[in-house]
Amino acid sequence: MNSRQKKTLARIIAAAVLLIAAVLLPLGGPWKLIAFLAPYLLVGGDVLWRSVVNISHGEVFDENFLMSIATVGAMFTAEYSEGVAVMLLYQIGELFQSVAVGKSRKSIAELMDIRPDHANVLRGGEIVSVTPDEVELGETLIIKPGERVPLDAVILEGSGSVDTAALTGESMPVDVAAGDEVMSGSINLTGLLRAQVKSVYAESTVSRILELAENAADRKAKTEDFITKFAKYYTPAVVLGAALLGVLPPLLLSEPWTKWIHRALIFLVVSCPCALVISVPLSFFGGIGGASKRGILVKGSNYLEALSKVKTVVFDKTGTLTRGTFTVSAVHPEGMESGTLMALAASAERFSTHPIARAVVQGVPECREPEEAEEVAGCGVRAVIGGLEVLAGNGRLMESRGVKFTPCREPGSVIYVAAGGKFAGSIVVTDEVKPDAREAVERLHAMGVSHIAMLTGDTVESAEAVGRKLGIDEILGKLLPAGKVEAVERLIHEREGALAFVGDGINDAPVLSRADVGIAMGALGSDAAIEAADVVLMDDAPSRVAEAIAISKRTVGIVWQNIIFALAVKAVILVLSAVGYAGMWLAVFADVGVAMLAILNAMRTIK
Amino acid sequence: MRKSFRLKDLDCANCAAKMERNIKKLPGVRDAVVSFMTSKLTVEAEDSEFEAVLGEVERVIRKVEPDCAIVR
Repeated sequence: MNSRQKKTLARIIAAAVLLIAAVLLPLGGPWKLIAFLAPYLLVGGDVLWRSVVNISHGEVFDENFLMSIATVGAMFTAEYSEGVAVMLLYQIGELFQSVAVGKSRKSIAELMDIRPDHANVLRGGEIVSVTPDEVELGETLIIKPGERVPLDAVILEGSGSVDTAALTGESMPVDVAAGDEVMSGSINLTGLLRAQVKSVYAESTVSRILELAENAADRKAKTEDFITKFAKYYTPAVVLGAALLGVLPPLLLSEPWTKWIHRALIFLVVSCPCALVISVPLSFFGGIGGASKRGILVKGSNYLEALSKVKTVVFDKTGTLTRGTFTVSAVHPEGMESGTLMALAASAERFSTHPIARAVVQGVPECREPEEAEEVAGCGVRAVIGGLEVLAGNGRLMESRGVKFTPCREPGSVIYVAAGGKFAGSIVVTDEVKPDAREAVERLHAMGVSHIAMLTGDTVESAEAVGRKLGIDEILGKLLPAGKVEAVERLIHEREGALAFVGDGINDAPVLSRADVGIAMGALGSDAAIEAADVVLMDDAPSRVAEAIAISKRTVGIVWQNIIFALAVKAVILVLSAVGYAGMWLAVFADVGVAMLAILNAMRTIK
Repeated sequence: MRKSFRLKDLDCANCAAKMERNIKKLPGVRDAVVSFMTSKLTVEAEDSEFEAVLGEVERVIRKVEPDCAIVR
């Protein structure tokens, strides 16, 4: 509790004591009124004062004003103890709310706080402890076991394991050694590390994440806007209802005035929409906090809400569902050992930078030095090894040199090899599917995502081979970057619900921003991806997409539970008080209770 | 220019919504967001009139919640 809250608490206790005394003392006439006025003014003085000030500002439908009318009205109808007690309960409720919201704010903020508080820098042979933003590029950091890595750095000396859970949600520690990069915000678990600073604090991973989290609350969800709009009309409507209730029955049915005015005052007590207005943003904020704990950064409440409506998920293939690194999956030699074929191909492709060629070279420990080597653009390579002309490349290369070859129909990229003008065999290179890709697709289907599509620039055959295995509904191959945007646009039109696109963010920024929800994965290093995406997954596991959608559904579910619950209770109280079954006590109790329950329920979103 | 400020003693969610609504209506304000959860106000206005606009914004805030103020 802060000092203001403590003061309020003291006032509440004092007023409660005075109220009990006023009830117990056998006073009569004006003395009785004075005895009740003392606790009333003590506990509700600020409310009365604010209502006067706000009225002079033209704020008629202000909670303070409504509470003032309700309780002053009760005093006038000689319900002294009720008037004081209602004001007292209202203040207790406000205090509770203020404390609970303060606590929630803090615990969510702590969840997202991965800010390192200091950095140990080696300066002039000594270790100096400074704040992270004072450290300059290229300086040497000393990171002790148990400390947070203050800035993104490359390890110079030492090895150990780091915990990146706060960044990626991945609970398995990562082993690092000299030459590896460590991200700011991760925790060094074992071993002393000496590392060179790679980026200044303002550009480090930690600052980027914090900035995202800070600004997330600015982008409000549609439900949030709806509730604030609703609140704008709710209060005047209830006040109007109170006016009608207080005036019409006595006028039309010649009922007693005091009875109906008293009922009308009860209306005013429930006219505050605070439970709703607090719990909605609190739930979304909690949801964003909970997601960030799991390595899922959502850039705004609006995106968290949109995620819950996703019915179509479009995956990019390379780097998203597959690792994006190629490996040799099959070797089909012709008239020679497979080892010989691999050695020939690897030697020929030794200097090629093409990722497929690199995969072949990687599989062979010793390559021979070719006497000659040249790239045949778009086809492969031609090399001379030990006087023998070796060709390695696609079918077109074989055809153009008149080599008769056996076409290979296996999925993946096929490299045909010819030696001395004779076909020597083929090598199949495929991109490895991520281990959790199938699980990701299954979970998405299970949670109601009706259509899952995969886009790729690869051939249709290799795309289908991967897609079928994973259980993907629609497979689109041979797409240029512009084609990907078109495909996503078509799906947005054709399909119901929202569409999410998942990519690695490297060259799919236009698609990320076109989709209803753009999800970039493993994108901590890429500014362009963070800029274009609405949701950033800090590691590169596709199953995180399903987790993100699950969190969003849960959050939106809790938001609606609160809205329906709060409105239902208010409606019941309004009806009961109109027919005379609810007193002002019950009304204020219900109002405050609903707000408390809504806040507690909203806090469940963090988990 | 777009600038964020911390709000001191922003205690009521409905007030935050009211402030946002009223600040958005001020002449010279292009956009404004009041976030109750982070106690943060973000105002977007023309550079040349930013200070003047901010004065008006402070007036609106005091009007809605007398205890609340911008931390500068």
